Amino acid sequence: MSTLVDYDDAVARFDPVIGIEVHVELGTRTKMFDGAPAGFGEEPNTSVTPVSLGLPGSLPVVNGTAVEYAIRIGLALNCQIAETCRFARKNYFYPDVPKNFQTSQYDEPIAFDGHVDVELEDGSIFRVEIERAHMEEDAGKNTHVGGSTGRIHGAEYSLVDYNRAGIPLVEIVTRPITGAGARAPEVARAYVQTLRDLFRALGVSEARMERGNVRADVNVSLRNTPQDALGTRTETKNVNSFRSVERAVRFEIGRQAGVLDEGGSIVQETRHWHEDTGTTTSGRIKSDAEDYRYFPEPDLVPIAPDRAWVEEIRASLPELPAARRRRLQGEWGYADAEMRDVVNAGAVELIEATVAGGTSPAAARKWWMGELARTAKQQEVELEALPITPAQIAALQKLVDDGRINDKLARQVLEGVLAGEGDPEAVVVARGLEVVSDDGPLLEAIDAALAAQPDIAEKIRSGNLGPVGAIIGAVMKATRGQADAGRVRELLLERVAQG
Amino acid sequence: MSDLTRISAATLAEKLSAGEVSSVEATQAHLDRITAVDGAVHAFLHVSADEALATAADVDQRRAAGEDLHALAGVPIAVKDVVVTKGLPTTAGSKILEGWVPPYDATLVERIKAAGLPILGKTNMDEFAMGSSTEHSAYGNTHNPWDLTRIPGGSGGGSAAAVAAYEAPLAIGTDTGGSIRQPGAVTGTVGVKPTYGSVSRYGLIAMASSLDQAGPVTRTVLDSALLHELIGGHDPLDSTSIAEPLPGLVAAARQGATGDLTGVRVGVIRELQGEGYQAGVLARFQESLAILEAAGATIVEVSCPHFEYALGAYYLIMPSEASSNLAKFDGMRFGLRVVPEDNPTAERVMSATRGQGFGDEVKRRIILGTYALSAGYYDAYYGSAQKVRTLIQRDFDAAFAQADVLVSPTAPTTAFKLGEKLDDPLAMYLNDVATIPANLAGVPGLSLPNGLSDDGLPVGFQVLAPAKADDRLYRVGAALEALLEKNWGGPLLSQAPELEVAR
Amino acid sequence: MAGLARIDLTPAEIDRLAGELDVIVESVARVSEIATPDVPATSHPLPLTNVFRADVPVAPVDRDAVLAAAPASQDGKFLVPQILGEDA
Repeated sequence: MSTLVDYDDAVARFDPVIGIEVHVELGTRTKMFDGAPAGFGEEPNTSVTPVSLGLPGSLPVVNGTAVEYAIRIGLALNCQIAETCRFARKNYFYPDVPKNFQTSQYDEPIAFDGHVDVELEDGSIFRVEIERAHMEEDAGKNTHVGGSTGRIHGAEYSLVDYNRAGIPLVEIVTRPITGAGARAPEVARAYVQTLRDLFRALGVSEARMERGNVRADVNVSLRNTPQDALGTRTETKNVNSFRSVERAVRFEIGRQAGVLDEGGSIVQETRHWHEDTGTTTSGRIKSDAEDYRYFPEPDLVPIAPDRAWVEEIRASLPELPAARRRRLQGEWGYADAEMRDVVNAGAVELIEATVAGGTSPAAARKWWMGELARTAKQQEVELEALPITPAQIAALQKLVDDGRINDKLARQVLEGVLAGEGDPEAVVVARGLEVVSDDGPLLEAIDAALAAQPDIAEKIRSGNLGPVGAIIGAVMKATRGQADAGRVRELLLERVAQG
Repeated sequence: MSDLTRISAATLAEKLSAGEVSSVEATQAHLDRITAVDGAVHAFLHVSADEALATAADVDQRRAAGEDLHALAGVPIAVKDVVVTKGLPTTAGSKILEGWVPPYDATLVERIKAAGLPILGKTNMDEFAMGSSTEHSAYGNTHNPWDLTRIPGGSGGGSAAAVAAYEAPLAIGTDTGGSIRQPGAVTGTVGVKPTYGSVSRYGLIAMASSLDQAGPVTRTVLDSALLHELIGGHDPLDSTSIAEPLPGLVAAARQGATGDLTGVRVGVIRELQGEGYQAGVLARFQESLAILEAAGATIVEVSCPHFEYALGAYYLIMPSEASSNLAKFDGMRFGLRVVPEDNPTAERVMSATRGQGFGDEVKRRIILGTYALSAGYYDAYYGSAQKVRTLIQRDFDAAFAQADVLVSPTAPTTAFKLGEKLDDPLAMYLNDVATIPANLAGVPGLSLPNGLSDDGLPVGFQVLAPAKADDRLYRVGAALEALLEKNWGGPLLSQAPELEVAR
Repeated sequence: MAGLARIDLTPAEIDRLAGELDVIVESVARVSEIATPDVPATSHPLPLTNVFRADVPVAPVDRDAVLAAAPASQDGKFLVPQILGEDA
């Protein structure tokens, strides 16, 4: 095993080229080729029909909604939509592939020749060229059993659940991404994140990385200079979080640089990503003997998307994330840096919904990027995972705007909402946090404070307003912060003037 | 009661609806016939007597209650074992599926059940429908009722023999390169390969997806039309199913039975006669042409120059698709699993299962198909074969511009002896030379008996029509059948020797 | 080829099949004589396109029946021998 080369050193001496294959599970109700429910978390082998089990005699029929979703994705990626395309069989034996071939698209993808602009952290735009987007079906899931159980005759075996088999996938393949240089890992991460946002905006998938709705395979190769031909690449499979995508590319660059430094050569192979160690290890070597014997799927007929249909889909595409962000930034009046922070924190939708609830954009940003961002960081969760909704933030801010609570009380209310005590209104009532707006109790407290500090009272009465703060502080303390400090000051001054 | 097994399905259906006989009686008569002769014929792999009688009793009860029933309700039927039947064993003639009981019904079986036809059982066949003699069944040969030492044709020898031996009035066959028509020819029965997409393939254990088509196996042309109308028509579970109503097939058969073919142009395919065809086969063919002409048809000769490449193209496309379709038989999810010693991997278990579970002919075709699809050979083999397909379609288009139907002998010879061609795959493949072009082009074809050859064995006459014009097969077929039977004084099958009846 | 097709063959089978396949391959290879570049390929007998299914769930197949017909099962899943390699 070669030594890992320091990343900065590696990218100073080599030009990394990456390529990314993203698989997205479409959020259709049924599978790609049969009416089995495309559920999540069902009991094993209960979301299956003879088709998804590959039983003898069964035949596939294409899910029209899946085709529409694939076209949506293709259009959003600025692709050409094929005049006509076909499914093909990719033949290989594997127990989680029920027919021992995967129905996929080979030389005729539904979408091709596109691009997507990816925004990097510093706000610069990097264009990623898309080679193709094609439709295919997912495989089942294997669970490995035995082996480490220590039984002498304990044969190792696997258990297969075909619920996932046949779930519609769209695979999006980039052209080799060159010119990213040292920023290749960041580009990779931003690209996958951009696609994830796109899938959600298009409504074609829930696109939850942690559920495996979106899976990325990253190809990495190095060359000495950008003028050289592409080097031998490795393909790291199933990198399933944004952070891991970045780390995997970074690791592979360092590892390959180490191999090349020692005069070795890169083996074209599949590598496995290990989240815990942040490393990749060698998997299957891609030998030339691997022969998928692709041929047109004779059980399906060609797909020739009607041009009018394609244009109808194009016209119905929702506003895409990049355009939407530009629009919202303008509407909200955020500075570039502010907007970038909001985007990076995953707060765009949250702020948008909060603003829709009547909160000013500035106040909405203050909540989400301030108190809540700190809480999320402490708890090591995403913002959207906090147990509070934009509607609740809007209600909270309204209480402040109406003068019913002040900023200090508002933080206590927020704490109550996060602790599951209910909506802001309920927390205010339960905790008795409302601002004391009745002058009676305030005057009582003022009189008590003046009586308790006669020296200060005297100074104030003599026209020295310097120490009013001490009295106001005492009143606020006595009312447990529920007083409006401004009102206390007014009342105090009236009181003193009265003599 | 034996005459219940000798009448046509149409006649039996009339007797049932008139209340002259019950379905239980008719079904029992056929079950008794199976008991009596199937020891010698071996047409059936599985007899489902209890289920058939239960269906029959149910139909009788519904009829008695005045329910509106399908015309064929209560008429028993046999189903080729390549068609999946819920609750009934389905092996496709292969050891690899021994004992497999499917959890679902093929669409055509659903239609048969919905119409109330008692299913007598599953019929023998070449393993995965690969063969022309039924000798490639893993469960023993089927014997030709005309001569038990001879083949019943294949792959659907079981269905044809069952019908010829009066064990069933109706049967289902499947035809990828002639597996309905060629057995029909050599057993003196009628068989129809419908237009590709006319009958749903959902639930047929696939051999070659772009060629397979299920169809009727019967003793009369009218019976085939009745059965074709029952099982045919659009099925949303088969992407290649035609989303149009069938043409009127029964009506066409009744029209044809009047014996008048005035104005019908009959094209004789020059390339499907002559060398390689038995003299008796050619003689019967010429006599049939004369009959058609006398009935008012115009006979024209047409040329289909690319048919000579059909066999080659077929033996590339069929094994290629079969190699992929049969990949699922791996011992993981259903059927046979062979486990070698020493805690083997899934990969080794798959190879061992397939090595022991498949017979010679299946292995031969899978290997050939794997080869034809492999990198570097695809264009030369599979790709070229698909082009030949285009050329054959063009030949048909040109021929159908000159003629309403095309005709040829169904098979070049009469039934050969069991074992005679088993060691010579190429000679075996030549049996299908006249039937294969229809599968490649997707056009429908019908075979009906048109006499006995010099050896006293039946000969078949093939009628081909343009895609979706299956009605023409029935009109011309029924006309020729009626005129031939007038000459013979009855059906050709009545000239077959009586089978010895087991006691 | 046998490996690619996942079929164990005995040496005798390999000998016989190899000989037969040569004859068959030779005879079918004639198709390339007339399959010139100007001839389009036909993969479907009838030129259908755009056959789609509505995205509406159907009843799943009965798991017990399916597993009962499987060579081995456990915990509602198909039990298969150990799988080597991890490509998915």
